[in-house]
Amino acid sequence: MTQMTFARAINSGLRKSLENDPKVILMGEDIGALGGVFRVTDGLQKDFGTHRVVDTPLAESGIMGTAVGLAYRGYRPVVEIQFDGFIYPAFDQIVSQVAKMHYRTQGAVKMPITIRVPFGGGIGSPEHHSESPEAYFTHTSGLRVISVSNPQDAYTMIQQAIASDDPVLYFEPKRRYHDKGEVDETVDLSTALSMEKARVVTEGTDVTLVAYGPLVKTARDAAQAAADEGVSVEVIDLRSLAPLDFATLEASVRKTGRLVITHEAAQSGGLGAEVAASITERCFYHLEAAPVRVTGFDVPYPYSKLEMHHLPGLDRILDGVDRALGRPNSLSGLEG
Amino acid sequence: MFTDDAGKGGISAGGPGSSDNSTRRTGGDLVQLITPAGERISHPEFDSWLQDVSDEQLGSLYEDMVVIRRIDAEATALQRQGELALWPPLLGQEASQIGSARALREDDFVFPSYRDNGVAYCRGVKPEDLVRAWRGNASAGWDPFTVNVATQQIIIGAQSLHATGYAMGIQNDGADCVAVAYFGDGATSEGDVNEAMVFAASFQAPVVFFCQNNHWAISEPVRLQSHIQLADRASGFGIPSMRVDGNDVLAVMAATRIALDRARHGGGPTFIEAVTYRMGPHTTADDPTRYRDANELEDWAAKDPISRLKSLLERKGLLTADLEAAVAAKADAVAKELRAGTINMPEPAPLDIFKHVYSTPNSWLDRQQDHYSRYLASFGDPAEASSEEGAR
Repeated sequence: MTQMTFARAINSGLRKSLENDPKVILMGEDIGALGGVFRVTDGLQKDFGTHRVVDTPLAESGIMGTAVGLAYRGYRPVVEIQFDGFIYPAFDQIVSQVAKMHYRTQGAVKMPITIRVPFGGGIGSPEHHSESPEAYFTHTSGLRVISVSNPQDAYTMIQQAIASDDPVLYFEPKRRYHDKGEVDETVDLSTALSMEKARVVTEGTDVTLVAYGPLVKTARDAAQAAADEGVSVEVIDLRSLAPLDFATLEASVRKTGRLVITHEAAQSGGLGAEVAASITERCFYHLEAAPVRVTGFDVPYPYSKLEMHHLPGLDRILDGVDRALGRPNSLSGLEG
Repeated sequence: MFTDDAGKGGISAGGPGSSDNSTRRTGGDLVQLITPAGERISHPEFDSWLQDVSDEQLGSLYEDMVVIRRIDAEATALQRQGELALWPPLLGQEASQIGSARALREDDFVFPSYRDNGVAYCRGVKPEDLVRAWRGNASAGWDPFTVNVATQQIIIGAQSLHATGYAMGIQNDGADCVAVAYFGDGATSEGDVNEAMVFAASFQAPVVFFCQNNHWAISEPVRLQSHIQLADRASGFGIPSMRVDGNDVLAVMAATRIALDRARHGGGPTFIEAVTYRMGPHTTADDPTRYRDANELEDWAAKDPISRLKSLLERKGLLTADLEAAVAAKADAVAKELRAGTINMPEPAPLDIFKHVYSTPNSWLDRQQDHYSRYLASFGDPAEASSEEGAR
């Protein structure tokens, strides 16, 4: 076990993948000498060369499209999108090419591309630097979408993503980059928890609280606070956003009968809607109350002085827990 | 902004129904080695790249062009008869496609657009595989790695980036093969083509950008895409370019060989503008009489790529009755094979819809497939369930 930051854990996982497979190639803007704007790729170009760690021109569609060509040639490109809000120029290549190539060619052409996306808010950034675009991609067939919440998963799951023969979007919570945690760098990928599995991170019996990425920490803190009031909250870290691990979710909801989902992304059409609908379909008779969503608002990501209102925090999540439990809450007396 | 030398100005310069893009000639001369009358013109640079082209090979180029025109006509007929949902004819572009494809080495890798059926045919794609997607029996017709041709791209220009990335991979491998992107005049306005040229130039990737300027992007004339010659767009990226008569199979072949040779020897990318003409509609669903002048069609008919090569063969005394008979027989045989292959193509099974979305099992999809197969099974007779009506 080594104590390291979230960013260093990703770096270490990338290094391991570069060492283990000569076909792994990193591409992105400023990832070379600078080590990325968040230093996630720090030192990798120096150690693996400019042909393995490639500083690209400033063209996101270009990065993604050339990654497709490299995959055609047998490479495993790992693409860094510098900020969440910069992914849209690459959207066409991701959705029309990366996601569909395997289906289009009836399995002849694999797209083992990993797309790293620093995402989410809470760092006081200007516009386009704090977004949560994951639902665009979970809605796109052919992609696998994961989000990591702690240094160990960051280390393990970046390697699992790179090893996957399917394209993977890897959402990293940028406000957690400096959080530290214990990382076991000797972890065996073949026996580690599959990147498609959710994980119960806090066990509880009264309410199931579902989170991913940056809000897992907030959700755990909320569970701790709730425990002080005698409410037992079970926190689930989704880890995989597409596909969702419904088996783990169902087992929890069958036990608690109550479901709260939280994410930074806007509410309408988001992951919370998918979790709520699917769990309602699958566990309707186990539910004691309607599922509750505690999410970002349906607004463009706000300017930073307002972001604390947009981002679900501990108190808003607890308010949602109260709603699921039928306890007095901010919406008491309102119907629907 | 939209001025031109003739001072007409504005995006309507050139008059309606004309695709003339000669408003600002900044590039080199159009290279032509065979005149429309079939006369061979010598060229100081290009000729040296054709010295090995024997009489027999000239006949073989002629055969490929006649055969692909026949495939094109047969596929159009199959569409009219309801056997294909759609077909994008390449009529008029045979020299561009055959001349360039025949210059390639087997280990070169082609990233074509949907209209590049002549290129695919030259690389060994089977006739029925050319129409598989157009019949609706698959999303694409062939396994790219069996013929070193990617499946045909429908998103305009997207494949130019794939070719460039593939070329970056070639470079990393230390190999000397080349990636070739095929696209049209309309694609040169797409961001992806421009980004591909940025990447190719930055990394000096071994890629050839082969642009068939067929003058029309559905109904939009080439002057709407560019007020300079398309070949000149490359110079802004630091990429050398050539502008050749795209209806002249030898000029196209020589230009492609020059570009390939440069790429193989570390000289980086080249842009080729093959000036040709789309004699037919954009697709069988299009009606070009709504937007273009019949006179223009007539002008280009006089520059036909096949009759031009035929005249050259005649002048050289190579157009024997034997050759004509052999070419006709081959075209007939391929057309027959295409028709039979189309009509006898096996229908996909309903549950094929779920295949190959992912390379490994996916729990969401497995559940949907399970539920849908139960639904189909609820009709009892599986044969009935698989019919279109049953599946509703």
